Amino acid sequence: MNNLSNVSVPADYLPMGIMFVIAIGFVLTVMVLTHLLGPKRKSQIKSDTFECGIEPQGNSRFPFSIKYFLIAILFVLFDVEVIFMYPWAVNFLDMGLYGFVEMLIFLSMFMLGFFYIVRKGALKWE
Amino acid sequence: MSNITKAPPGYEGPGFFATKIDAVVGLARKNSLWPLPFATSCCGIEFMSTMASHYDLARFGSERLSFSPRQADLLMVMGTIAKKMGPVLRQVYEQMAEPRWVLSVGACASSGGIFDTYSVLQGIDRIIPVDVYVPGCPPRPEQILDGVMRIQELVASESIRRRDSAEYKELMASYGMQ
Repeated sequence: MNNLSNVSVPADYLPMGIMFVIAIGFVLTVMVLTHLLGPKRKSQIKSDTFECGIEPQGNSRFPFSIKYFLIAILFVLFDVEVIFMYPWAVNFLDMGLYGFVEMLIFLSMFMLGFFYIVRKGALKWE
Repeated sequence: MSNITKAPPGYEGPGFFATKIDAVVGLARKNSLWPLPFATSCCGIEFMSTMASHYDLARFGSERLSFSPRQADLLMVMGTIAKKMGPVLRQVYEQMAEPRWVLSVGACASSGGIFDTYSVLQGIDRIIPVDVYVPGCPPRPEQILDGVMRIQELVASESIRRRDSAEYKELMASYGMQ
């Protein structure tokens, strides 16, 4: 008896199915209703790119120098590294020598990376 | 909570409430206007204090400024609009989604103000339709709030068919908009 009540049959999931149908149905109904009820106005100017009221010039999808990307991504990397140093600085005394050595390892790994990108010439602009 | 809005007039019974969709839509729109601030001069400074904690436009459900016209309901034009700025303002207005309202804040936006010169637009209603004008040079935040409340009255009482009506289309056509 006890074992039998623990057996779950697919029919037990029917309420969930009904709930999903209602949830999806509600979303669809509301989306259709808002499209029918809401006023619309279409024009060439309306569908233009929004550039703060100024006429858009050219295409936004054009190739630009990879150097910008490289510098930006490297900046983020080293910026985040500095963020890690703040909690360390706050807890400097509590963490003691252990924390100091740990931070030195972390920083030396980062400096290794820095050395690598300098040698690779990633920071060379010209 | 003393500032919960009252229910619109309707038919009430045990467990249900029936009213016009106009009233419900108006109530919802009225209390969630997203303004697009078009601040060009000193009225913009007054607007900043209107938004800040002292006057707090959030009390009227308008704390969410939209800096894209796509999501804005209310265009607040605050400040002198030079003739060169005219087309920009017009483009921003045209890119707003319907329904949209325009609040002209201050003497300059409403009429050109003291700048009766060759370079200044003598009132923004020359290029876009305006719903409410706020006088003052610059108006105090209380006056801007009053203007927003007047807009809310318009929003609450607007029929949901107004934007499809012939009069409205004629109004748009008179400004040269589709």
